[in-house]
Amino acid sequence: MAENTNSVNNELDYHKKKKKEEMKQQVITFALMIVFTIIAFTMVEADLDKLFVIPILFILAIVQVAFQLYYFMHMSHKGHEMPSLMMYGGAAVAFLTVLTLLVLVWW
Amino acid sequence: MSNTIAQKKGFGATLWDYLTTVDHKKIAIMYLIGGGFFFILGGLEALAIRWQLIVPENDFVSAGFYNEILTMHGTTMIFLAAMPLIFALMNAVLPLQIGARDVAFPFLNSLGFWLFLFGGILLNCSWFLGGAPDAGWTAYAPLSTTSPGHGVDFYILGLQISGAGTLMGGINFLVTVINMRAPGMTYMRMPLFTWASFVTSALILFAFPALTVGLFLLMFDRLFGSVFFDANYGGNSVIWEHLFWIFGHPEVYILILPAFGVFSDVFSTFAKKRLFGYTAMVFATVLIGFLGFMVWAHHMFTVGLGPAANSIFAVATMAIAVPTGIKIFNWLFTLWGGSIRINSAMLWALGFIPSFTIGGMTGVMLAAAAADYQFHDTYFVVAHFHYVIVGGVVFGIFSGLHYWWPKMFGKILDEKLGKITFWTFFVGFHLTFFIQHFLGLMGMPRRYWVYLEDQGLDLGNSISTVGAFFMGVGALVFLYNVIYTSVKGEKVGGDPWDGRTLEWSIPSPPPHYNFAQAPLVRGLDPLWIEKTEGRKGMTPAEPLDDIHMPNNTILPFVMSVGLFIAGFGFIYQAEYTGGFIAMFVGMGITLGAMFTRSVKDDLGHHIHKEDLDKGAGM
Repeated sequence: MAENTNSVNNELDYHKKKKKEEMKQQVITFALMIVFTIIAFTMVEADLDKLFVIPILFILAIVQVAFQLYYFMHMSHKGHEMPSLMMYGGAAVAFLTVLTLLVLVWW
Repeated sequence: MSNTIAQKKGFGATLWDYLTTVDHKKIAIMYLIGGGFFFILGGLEALAIRWQLIVPENDFVSAGFYNEILTMHGTTMIFLAAMPLIFALMNAVLPLQIGARDVAFPFLNSLGFWLFLFGGILLNCSWFLGGAPDAGWTAYAPLSTTSPGHGVDFYILGLQISGAGTLMGGINFLVTVINMRAPGMTYMRMPLFTWASFVTSALILFAFPALTVGLFLLMFDRLFGSVFFDANYGGNSVIWEHLFWIFGHPEVYILILPAFGVFSDVFSTFAKKRLFGYTAMVFATVLIGFLGFMVWAHHMFTVGLGPAANSIFAVATMAIAVPTGIKIFNWLFTLWGGSIRINSAMLWALGFIPSFTIGGMTGVMLAAAAADYQFHDTYFVVAHFHYVIVGGVVFGIFSGLHYWWPKMFGKILDEKLGKITFWTFFVGFHLTFFIQHFLGLMGMPRRYWVYLEDQGLDLGNSISTVGAFFMGVGALVFLYNVIYTSVKGEKVGGDPWDGRTLEWSIPSPPPHYNFAQAPLVRGLDPLWIEKTEGRKGMTPAEPLDDIHMPNNTILPFVMSVGLFIAGFGFIYQAEYTGGFIAMFVGMGITLGAMFTRSVKDDLGHHIHKEDLDKGAGM
């Protein structure tokens, strides 16, 4: 009996800790995303060289999307293998198609 | 069980049952009837085409009308016959093969069917409303943007509606395979038909949006005065070709992959052997699916994309021959040393191998970009794609229908009539299309409504027409077979073929909850494993319990009717106020039905375990 309650308590503790950990991650990513957005806007405002700004904007955007998917939409959790396979598969096919249209095919 | 109840009901009640059903088995039957109807329609159009071409400078139909039947033959056969018949097979057996009680989204399944049907009817209404579309099934701009009358508008709206249905079907089957597999049914234990349908569904998910976008752009150009494809205003007509073929090439794999799956299952059942090279077959299926997205420009070699693009697409296209070759050899090795039974299903599968291989070989010839400048727009291309589509997809559908007919209806299609169908159709098919390779090489162009005499084309065309009528006779015999079997045929048990996969472990036709208890799957060909260990059926993976089933609903039908009305509205809104009204009324009906669906909770119902047919779970 005592053992049982103990293990229940342990499990509760574990979940609590995990929740706390997750909350911490979410706050951090949230802060990072705000920082990224500020960086993006200041870069454009500061009239830096286009060749420099555009790639960085793209990188920031991609990182933000990843944050969104993995921390806020819980794709980091288990059981998301098939959705991520589909997403990356689709993105890869779309990327290849657009790349082909841009660099290979002219009209 | 559900069938015996249906027989006792009156006609009205049965009709209502089918209008509202969300049961994948009944939806399969409706797909079969709908697809079969359009297959006959497309076949009649084909016969009209061949009759026009039987002698030089024939005047059976006018030039304009010839363009219409040519366009409608292609469009009908691809979108309204082959796709729904494939969906009929997928609906009928895919949930059974993975041990599921229904698809993941039964409501969506029904909606997909009704959208297909009403889209198809909308498209065919054009015959009676001033002429069918006449810009070819590819509807290349600017021919399609400048085609007079409303024909192409019907093409756009009809395909948009039925395409939405197909997209829903694809998503539905993806989720079904991912989420609804029985305990123990890992991905690498799924039957090849399920695997092929799974890959096909992924292709649908990624390919159909390109068609949707293309059709929307075309719709705006034609109906609302935009200029996406009009070079005079800085538009570009080649964009349509890209969009169409980015969809169109995966589309042909969407058609052929499930047929490959059917043949894999048929070969292994009737050779009484495990499928040779199962892992390689799965790998080849996935690879074909992936490569299918990287080859669309081989339809556009003569557009002038430049040598770099042409060479890369030529090489990518030829690469597809590798996984396809893997499949062909694996089928041959499955047959090798098997204890082979040859019946109708098996005949179609055996006939498929040489026929499809010829089509694949001409495919590699066409993939050589330099040679394609000669082949392009000749009957050689016509011969090629009929060899792969008829020799692959249609043979696959016939094989699958013969194979799964007892599962769907509880009766085996008559063998003698089945063999007559096969031989007339098979001979007619080769008679029609083999000669067209040579007509094409002699320079006969596609899509022309007449040809001159004494150019060496007369005899070939006559032979081709005779062959087409053989195919027509074959199709008629099949139709007769269906009627004959449903009247005279004897009931068979759940496993008439000594099958290997899960669908044969339950009664035919299956009860509407399919499996009273989810089966425990212990390997590839799960039923066969149980049989080799001396058991009669599957071991259940769960105790007998109440079964949760979805409720019937009329809403999918109502939504589709709404879009059907709105389709007419969009076509006629510029000319008549009535069109404008129809647009709003139709969309109102659809959105109203969607709203009802969203706010009204529908939690389904339970079948209590006390009410279950006692023998059904065995």
